[in-house]
Amino acid sequence: MSMIEITGLNLSFGTGAALNAVLHDVDLSVAEGEAFGLVGESGSGKTTVLRCLAGQYQHWTGQLQVAGRAVTRKLPLDHYRTVQMVFQDPYASLHPRYTIDAALQEPLRIHGIDGRGQKVSEILRKVGLNDSFRFRYPHQLSGGQRQRVAIARALILRPRVLLLDEPTSALDVSVQAEILNLLAELRRQEGLTYLMVTHDLAVVAHLCDRLAVMQQGRVVETLDSHRLANDGAAHEYTRLLVQASRDIQRVPIAV
Amino acid sequence: MTEIKLAVQDLCVEFRNAGKTSLAVRDVSFTLGREKLAIVGESGSGKSTVGRSLLRLHPPTARVTAKTLRFADIDLLSASEKQIQAIRGARMSMIMQDPKYSLNPVVRVGEQIAEAYLAHHKVPHHQARERALDMLAKVHIRDPRRVYDLYPHEVSGGMGQRIMIAMMVITDPQVIIADEPTSALDVSVRRQVLNVLEELVCERDLGLIFISHDLNLVRHFCDRVLVMYAGRVVESIAAADLDNATHPYTQGLLAALPSLDHPRATLPVLQRDPHWLNP
Amino acid sequence: MNLPLASSAAGSAALPASSTAALVASATRLLRFLLRNPMTFAGLVVVSTLMVVAALAPWIAGHDPLLQNLAGALQAPSSAHWFGTDEYGRDVFARLVYGSRITLYIVLLVTVIVGPIGLLVGTVSGYFGGWVDSLFMRITDIFISFPSLVLALAFIAALGPGLEHAVIAIALTAWPPIARLARAETLPLRNADFVVAVQLQGASSTRIILRHIIPMCLSSVIIRLTMNMASIILTAAALGFLGLGAQAPLPEWGAMISTGRRYMLESWWLVAAPGAAIMLVSLAFNLLGDGLRDVLDPRSQS
Repeated sequence: MSMIEITGLNLSFGTGAALNAVLHDVDLSVAEGEAFGLVGESGSGKTTVLRCLAGQYQHWTGQLQVAGRAVTRKLPLDHYRTVQMVFQDPYASLHPRYTIDAALQEPLRIHGIDGRGQKVSEILRKVGLNDSFRFRYPHQLSGGQRQRVAIARALILRPRVLLLDEPTSALDVSVQAEILNLLAELRRQEGLTYLMVTHDLAVVAHLCDRLAVMQQGRVVETLDSHRLANDGAAHEYTRLLVQASRDIQRVPIAV
Repeated sequence: MTEIKLAVQDLCVEFRNAGKTSLAVRDVSFTLGREKLAIVGESGSGKSTVGRSLLRLHPPTARVTAKTLRFADIDLLSASEKQIQAIRGARMSMIMQDPKYSLNPVVRVGEQIAEAYLAHHKVPHHQARERALDMLAKVHIRDPRRVYDLYPHEVSGGMGQRIMIAMMVITDPQVIIADEPTSALDVSVRRQVLNVLEELVCERDLGLIFISHDLNLVRHFCDRVLVMYAGRVVESIAAADLDNATHPYTQGLLAALPSLDHPRATLPVLQRDPHWLNP
Repeated sequence: MNLPLASSAAGSAALPASSTAALVASATRLLRFLLRNPMTFAGLVVVSTLMVVAALAPWIAGHDPLLQNLAGALQAPSSAHWFGTDEYGRDVFARLVYGSRITLYIVLLVTVIVGPIGLLVGTVSGYFGGWVDSLFMRITDIFISFPSLVLALAFIAALGPGLEHAVIAIALTAWPPIARLARAETLPLRNADFVVAVQLQGASSTRIILRHIIPMCLSSVIIRLTMNMASIILTAAALGFLGLGAQAPLPEWGAMISTGRRYMLESWWLVAAPGAAIMLVSLAFNLLGDGLRDVLDPRSQS
């Protein structure tokens, strides 16, 4: 059963002369328990796909399905218990005026869940932090710690799908390794499905089973990371990205 | 034997904030010749502070001390502000990370390049314009005349960064400090910008200090690498020898990078040894 | 599981163990920063003095502010009457002290009306955008385009003179800049990651505005309100001066200047005392507002 099913997704901004088509006929399918990567450069539309799934954009056309249910214009409350998101910038994704405890209790409050204090303690431990972090403010935490809190916040509603928007690109290399390990471990423990957006092919190859390569709003190729790492990419844009990330060959200089 | 352009010995930078002092850079020493030297570190390592201190671009709350801080024949520590201004942009330039923020948004890009030239050479405007057009062609921008009249928001990231390079190289400096010049760029565009930098270093008698957090990038691009941790240089090594790095921090960083070619189930996590802070 | 990294930014004090402890810790830090600036400290001292004087007026005044003694009218400042007496023989110092209550009353009442209204209008406008934004901002524009005193006069003319009506009139002219400010703060927040995160948890717009957006706007609004207090005092004094605010025999400072005007040349203390009081309190609020801005406004911190 596919956990995420995207068919013919199209999205444009603006009207008339200023019409800007951001997504063209995007087709994607992610199986349950799979980690799927969405790779591309800026302007490829990869983050936009994520935000459509999260319900942030509503004027798309096509079909979106998560856990067998269609994603509609007006989303029911339990859509948010199925799908959650981790953002790129750990410095911007936590409310600066709320303690970690308050930030983690907020989703529980919204959904009317009890036993909040205990659940907060549990989830903090799961992401490698402890109770001493509960009553600190975000600015008192390091980037890696904030990202752990962001992951904790995404998981506290026990979703089945985690949308990850470049979760480690704003982090130092040593911290990135910890967070990637944490994400891999959590997926194993909780049986989560990941859809991860990134521009870093090495990260995709490490964490994801399959990936789709996007360029200017279109999916140009879908392949598994094993093939990607072993020069099995078919599309020339994918090969370009692999080369650029390996830094072996010089790209001919153009404008 | 290439001459030493920049000699730094025991550079220390101290920041004072609300009564507390913190040492951002401790006892950093290196020399720069006609080569590409990388200064690599994570956030808080002090690498950007080193770059800025060379050009005296640090905030007034910072105190810079060193046994030697010499650029060619000038002692940067005791030089007057006027002398430093004569050096900045003319003999020693800095390229910054994001052209979105480092280019003036209300001035045409060509004009900004010409202005960089006019700041240090008293020539008529049309001459500066010609030189700016030359530089645009030098950084492989295909239609210099058209691009000259564009505003920064009308050019792409890679082009903006090349414009920034043109601006900083037009005065024929001897040293360029590049502070994360490709971090804000897409992967496919990065190579173009690096090629431009490489050409300039080869053709002219330039020393390049490349500040970055990306070890993988500098190991292929630069000649020598300085690894910084908590304000100190923990490793100074030729880029080609990075695999034989001796300091555990460098080894840990290299091991923690995910790699397309060497997949691992779990990435080894860097264990920070408190002894690295006080060797 | 990975060991947690040592916190790089935690203070040397013990970690807070509850949400109240965390709040108290940050409030104490704020107060300490505030008191460090000598100007702010001065402003805070004057404002606190005002509040103490207003609270303890009966004990500080020494005389009855309304007691007339025509035989002792227009006496110069002396040991018996520190600021002299007015044309009805009333002690000016006592009237000044009781007048502080009125000043405080006006300032607090206007602030308490204007703050919430401005915040709500501004944040709702900024958050929803579209026709809601256009509607509210056009209303705001209409109010802003009138000079505040003229608009206040118009309202008094409609409502009739009196202290409460003066408060309403001033409030009606003071809310639009707060709304504009709150809207300006809300616009960039609308797309901030932490707001999107809470939208993705299923929070309603009401919840987001009240619990997530308004707390971010509070700093700027508090600063603005504090700076506004000075102009509220001046507007109230102007209305009082015109006889349209507090009515006789209430010892409102502006009214005192108005009635003292007639005897100003010989009895300078009738005008100087309330005038100095108005100036001192306005200055104090301005200094306090400036200090608050240095402490609260993240942009002013380098």
